[in-house]
Amino acid sequence: MATADIGQSIASRRGEILQEWGGHLRDAGTLNSGRIKQSELDTQTREFLDLVIKTFSGPATDVESHQRTLRQNIGEISRSRAIQGFTPTETATFIFSLKQPLFDALNRDYAKDPAALARALWAVTELLDGLGLYSMEVFQKSREEVIIRQQKEIAELSTPVVKLWDGILALPLIGTLDSERTQVVMENLLQSIVEHAADYAIIDITGVPTVDTLVAQHLLKTVAAARLMGADCIISGIRPQIAQTMVHLGVELNVVSKATLADALAAALRATGRTVQAMRTPSATANGLLAPKA
Amino acid sequence: MDRIPILKMGRALLITIQVDMHDQMAIALEEDLTAKIAQTGAKGVLIDISSLEVVDSFIGRMLDNIAAVSRVLDAETVVVGMRPAVAITLVELGLTLQGVKTALNVERGFELISRRLQDTGAEDGGAGE
Repeated sequence: MATADIGQSIASRRGEILQEWGGHLRDAGTLNSGRIKQSELDTQTREFLDLVIKTFSGPATDVESHQRTLRQNIGEISRSRAIQGFTPTETATFIFSLKQPLFDALNRDYAKDPAALARALWAVTELLDGLGLYSMEVFQKSREEVIIRQQKEIAELSTPVVKLWDGILALPLIGTLDSERTQVVMENLLQSIVEHAADYAIIDITGVPTVDTLVAQHLLKTVAAARLMGADCIISGIRPQIAQTMVHLGVELNVVSKATLADALAAALRATGRTVQAMRTPSATANGLLAPKA
Repeated sequence: MDRIPILKMGRALLITIQVDMHDQMAIALEEDLTAKIAQTGAKGVLIDISSLEVVDSFIGRMLDNIAAVSRVLDAETVVVGMRPAVAITLVELGLTLQGVKTALNVERGFELISRRLQDTGAEDGGAGE
């Protein structure tokens, strides 16, 4: 059985191969960034090579299960590389730099039989190339997972609904408003209106960098939906430049709007029959602080 | 045929819509409601749609119609208890119910109508007592 021979040939030179492989990985700069330790890399290479040996030396019936373990192993390595921030090249180098040491070992053992050497090289190449492609696939998928998770986190972080007072909610919007975010914002706001039995919702757009016709439309939709739930909306935090742009674009927000969140809160408080009063005049406080001690 | 009950609460009328509406029911409701407003001299109409999970343009138009008819008879319509999902759907459909007042629940809606009665003058309040 030719594959068993290959397995034996690799196993007999295990030490050399590992050393040479480790050297290649070091040359490729895998350790330079400090994201992975020498000992960790050694364990990974040792485990992987042992699995390769097993795949070749085991009986033909076990090949599939061995290959599955190999894929699992390389999958885990690629995933951790992706999370640690390695580049695709650095990740792929892990597998492909094993080729040369393996080929050297086989070359020496099969020097007398070129046909067998060709077969052996082909078998090893097929295995390693397959694993290389798989490792890239896993790498890519892990990166995508990271991106999706971050997108979700951003979406959740950027749409909090804050209770300012009994029956008064604030919705500080940060970032650009697209249709998808408007949907999330709207749902959050309406849900909070029900939960807090709110009469007023203040939509603060200080953190919205641009307001074009589309964003205005999204805002108006949110205001209309809140009104249907029985809550009045106040829009605050429109910056001077944005106000100018809006007028130039002909964007009209037929809603109560205030310059700052503070003004909007004051308006909402007044509308619900409350006011905020100073407990003593500011000048008195200042005098008290500045007055010389008796 | 099914009819939607109209309850009298002080100087307001309360309609709770709990089943899927269709044309005949909407027409019957409009007739009953106008008759009832004329009969009782009600100044407000509360339409509770808190148990409606699905709305379409038909319901939207029906609410607008009822509001318009009631306004002619000097009664103010307040739609109460709309669910968030329903509100979003109506807005996406472009139905913002401009002529209708809204409130979060029946209690709030009732307050809204009472306030209107107070604002519009003592004669209403006097007649009611």
